[in-house]
Parts: sequence; C-alpha cells; structure tokens
Amino acid sequence: MTQSTGPTPTRVRQVGVDIQETEENRAVVEAVEADNEDCTVRHMPGLVRITSPTRIVVNRESVEQRLGREWETHEFQLAIVSYFGHIAEWDDDQILIQWDH
Amino acid sequence: MAAPRKLSMKQRYAALTRDLDWDLSYVDEDKAYPYTSFEGIKIHDWSKWEDPFRLTIDAYMKYQAEKDKRLYAVLDSFAQGQGHLQLTDPSYLNAMKLFLQGVTPLEYQAHRNFAYLARFLNGPGPRFAALCQSQDELRHAQTEIHTLSNYNKYYQGMHSWQHQHDRVWYLSVPKSYFDDAVTAGPFEFLIAIGFSFEYLLTNLLFVPFMSGASFNGDLPTMTFGFSAQSDESRHMTLGLEAIKFMLEQDPDNVPIVQAWIDKWFWRGYRLLALVSQMLDYMLPRKVMSWKEAFELYFEEQMLGGLFPDLAYYGIKPPRHVEHAIAEKEILSHQVYWTLYQFSFAAGFTTTVPSEDAQKWLAEQYPQTFERLYKPLWDKASAVVDDGGRYFYQGLPQLCQVCQVPMLFTEPGDPTTICQRHTEFEGERYDFCSDGCQWIFEREPEKYVQAWLPVHQIYQGNCGGPTVPDVLAWYKLQPGDNGEIAGNVEQTAWEAWHATSSAEEQAPAPVAGN
Repeated sequence: MTQSTGPTPTRVRQVGVDIQETEENRAVVEAVEADNEDCTVRHMPGLVRITSPTRIVVNRESVEQRLGREWETHEFQLAIVSYFGHIAEWDDDQILIQWDH
Repeated sequence: MAAPRKLSMKQRYAALTRDLDWDLSYVDEDKAYPYTSFEGIKIHDWSKWEDPFRLTIDAYMKYQAEKDKRLYAVLDSFAQGQGHLQLTDPSYLNAMKLFLQGVTPLEYQAHRNFAYLARFLNGPGPRFAALCQSQDELRHAQTEIHTLSNYNKYYQGMHSWQHQHDRVWYLSVPKSYFDDAVTAGPFEFLIAIGFSFEYLLTNLLFVPFMSGASFNGDLPTMTFGFSAQSDESRHMTLGLEAIKFMLEQDPDNVPIVQAWIDKWFWRGYRLLALVSQMLDYMLPRKVMSWKEAFELYFEEQMLGGLFPDLAYYGIKPPRHVEHAIAEKEILSHQVYWTLYQFSFAAGFTTTVPSEDAQKWLAEQYPQTFERLYKPLWDKASAVVDDGGRYFYQGLPQLCQVCQVPMLFTEPGDPTTICQRHTEFEGERYDFCSDGCQWIFEREPEKYVQAWLPVHQIYQGNCGGPTVPDVLAWYKLQPGDNGEIAGNVEQTAWEAWHATSSAEEQAPAPVAGN
C-alpha cells in the first residue's frame, strides 16, 4: 500500500511529519525535500509522510518560491496531520522538528 | 510617518497571550486556582510553559474557519453526488458506528474538561492552549456527528449512539476510560489525555480510522479526519509540553509522572483493543494490519523516538509495555472472535471473514492466524453452512478496570485465558491482565465504583431480566446488530446497486431513523 522513494532506515531515531496530500501541499512537500537532504518521502492513503534521521525544517521562503505567493508558517496548520518529534521552533520564517535530548 | 511595524509571531504571542494576564490582588492564588496542588505536582514558575505553535486568538479563529469551510465543501458535494453509493461495502459502516458510539462522546468529554483546565490552570500559556483545545474538541464532536449524519439517512445503527455510549457493554470501555481521566486532578488529566491519549497513542487510534475511510470510499470521514488531525497535531504538542513542563519544574514530579504514564499507557492500550479488530476485521478493504500499525506508530515512533528523549528526565518506558508488544500477533483475533459471538447485543454487525480476508490475515500474521484462529473460523463457518449462526448466550466476566470481557490470554500462552484477582474489603475483583490488576491496586477505592455493564444487567438495572429487555433498553433496532449476511443494510445496499434507472437509484431512507 505504500510507495517508498528512498530507503527507510531502521533502528535510527527518526523524526517525521504527515502532511495531507493536496495541490497546495505539494509545494510544501517539495520545499521540505529540497531543504532536508536526508529526508525520506512516503506516499500513504491521502497523505505524505516525511521522515528524517536528524531533523525536518520547513522554510517559509522555500515554500513561497514554489507556491508563487506569500505563505505564512501558520498555514502549516492546515497541512499537518500528525508528527513525531518535538516542535523545537515555529516562527515567522521556519518550522523545526527534532528531538530535544 | 512610518507605517507601524508588523509584530513578529513571537511578539504577537507574547502580547496577546502572556501580556493580557495580570497578577491577582484581591484573592490569593491558591483560592483562584484551588486544584493544582493536591496531586503533589510542584510548579515553581508557570511562565516556563512553552507553546511552540505560538498561537494567538486571531490566527486560531482564522485557520479554524478555513478548516471548517474545506470540510463543509466536501460534505455538500458528497450529499449532492449520492456519495454514499461509493462505499466499498455496507459492512464498512460498522467501523464508523463504532467510532460514533465510542469516540465522538469522548470528544465532547474532552471539550468539557479542557474548558475546566482553561479556567483552573495557573499560567496564561497553558490556559490559552487548553482553551483552544476545548474549542477544537467541540468542533470535532460536532463535525463528526454532522459528517456521519449523511449516512444516517440511508443506513441503520446511527440513531442512538449517545444513549448507547452510556449503556452498552463494549462502550463502557471508552466511557469508563474517559470517566477515569476527568475524575482525576488537572495534572493527571494532562498526562492521561494530553500526553498518553493525544501523543503516545493518537496515531494508533485516528490514523487507522481515517486511512480506513480513505481506502473504503468514505470521502467525508476521511476529510473530517484530516481536519480533526490538523488540530490533533496541536494537541500532541500540548501533551508533550505538559509532560516536559512537569518534569522540568521539580525532580519530585518525576516519580508521580512516571506512575501516571504507566497507568495511562495500559488504560489506553486496552482501549485500542477495539481499534485492533476494526483494522484487521471490520474494514472490507484492508489498510494495514494492527501489528504493522503497532510497530510503526508505537514501537518505532514512541519507544524508539520519544522515550529516549524522556530518558533525559529519568522517565522509563511504560510498565507492562512488554505485554503489549507480545500481544501484537494475537490481540485483534481474540477481540473480534469475542465480538463475533456477542454481536447480537452490539450496535454493529459481524460475520465470518471471507476467504480473501482470511488469506490476508494469514499473510499478516504468519505465526498465529492459521495455527490458532483459522480453526475457529472454520468451525463457525461450518455452523453457518448448516443453516445456523452461533451466538454466545451467556454474559461474559468483565475486567474491573478496562471493562473489556476477560478474553485476553496469559503472556506467552495464547490458549489459556489470563485471570487475575484481588481481594479488597472482603470483595473479589477480577482483571484481564497484570496491567489492569496493577492499576486497580494503586487506587482500589476508585475502581470498586466501576459501572460494569454485566453486573448491572444481573442486578436488574438494564431494562429487565431477558436479552430482549436489555436490547430494548440499549435501543437496538432490527438491522443494528447480529450477523451481516442477510441483514436489512446488505439487502438495501444490494438493491441500490442493482437498479439501473435513475428513479430507482434514489434510495429510500431507512425507516426508523
């Protein structure tokens, strides 16, 4: 039921975020893929799961470039379905998900 | 004159959430917030509570309104386009009936208790986060009801869910779970619901239902689910912040929090027994097995990711977690086999899994299905082929804590029923597991008060002494319960899908709703 576009490492302490699969969110997913080299993107029913063995950064500027309009980081609330990890930063320019300790 | 500079998210959050708070001068703090000291949790500085979302009331309203608009656009097109005809099979709705009867009332309970936290937590940061969550939970309850009401026009079994939540035997599992949480203090509630339910176990509860909807042609529920889940991410954050805040405030809080994690992990895990059978047996088109979901969402993400993080504070993985891991190959099979035998008294229907479904189960559970459970289904199947349908006519012993019938087996021995008991003040109390017995023995005074549906039936409190009396008291109507094959829903569904003229294709609403 799932398609993997990269290897899913096991026994690595991952962080991850699940995003609804929509037209608008494609830009968000592409921005995350571009800014997080070690991330893995997996398509599941209705959603896209992004995981990383280190951390996941969502940059406002990267999303805006791909969306062709202004995008405030609050809009990520409409995209996110679930996550694991800790939201270490969420400001005007960036959202950062990683484990604290 | 220069244009006024726009505040950053951080500044806006500080101005609109923290700066609107004030120090009390007419009353003592412990009089204004009387419930945050009796549990033994020590808080020295409420301002240390972090909200990573930096949510302000204007942003909250703006985005919540947008979420509702998106959902209602889908509900409208579903209703206009006869979307109910897109379901894979009418039996899929059993999963939704279980959700409506079992989960929707919990959303409303959560709304109420987070409203209480929004008043009675000392700090403005957690009060505001609790206020948002309280509003979210009300939205979830309302939109769930509204979403599923579209099916209520055509299908049985969705007419008395609220009434049934308070009365029917298997629904006392979720009800008693939440009753336990809301009757605890505010900090325990935050660990019970905010952390354990919303962070540790949420993906095992909601993702299976929503992916199940996505795979089985139920567009509105999938959309509702994603809409609710977007709030859920904020709730996860609140739960994680709550636990970190308590652990960072005082080292004396650590053992208290650990005991709550131990308790609420097991309480939540036992509740998920109902979800496990839904995933493996109720969904006509399968999404993933319970075992796979448990490994991904719990073992990998929580035991592998979260608990190493909490180890920094001295927190260990939950007590009895090894029993949950050991049960992953047997749990769903044991639960559905029991429901199969008792569905004459349930608000959903059951049937022998099809050949394809059994093949899938054998692939997903190579260690257990063919050896332990297929023989049971072969027997049930033979009874059906002889023109019968087997229902169990007695009433089961329920576990005093989780209230699930005592169907679980001894650790390491999947053919011997696990039975534990404890004497308290001259009475014997029975439990399904070491986990539930341990929970009872921490707080026996609380759990001796449990409203156990089977005991209540025998005491004459459930409509009368006979099965029909009790079913009437449950408000079960023909078609709500029993066997799937040949019931009114399947007959109606087959008729709708068989007709060819447009006139005939407009199905008549089910009578009685």
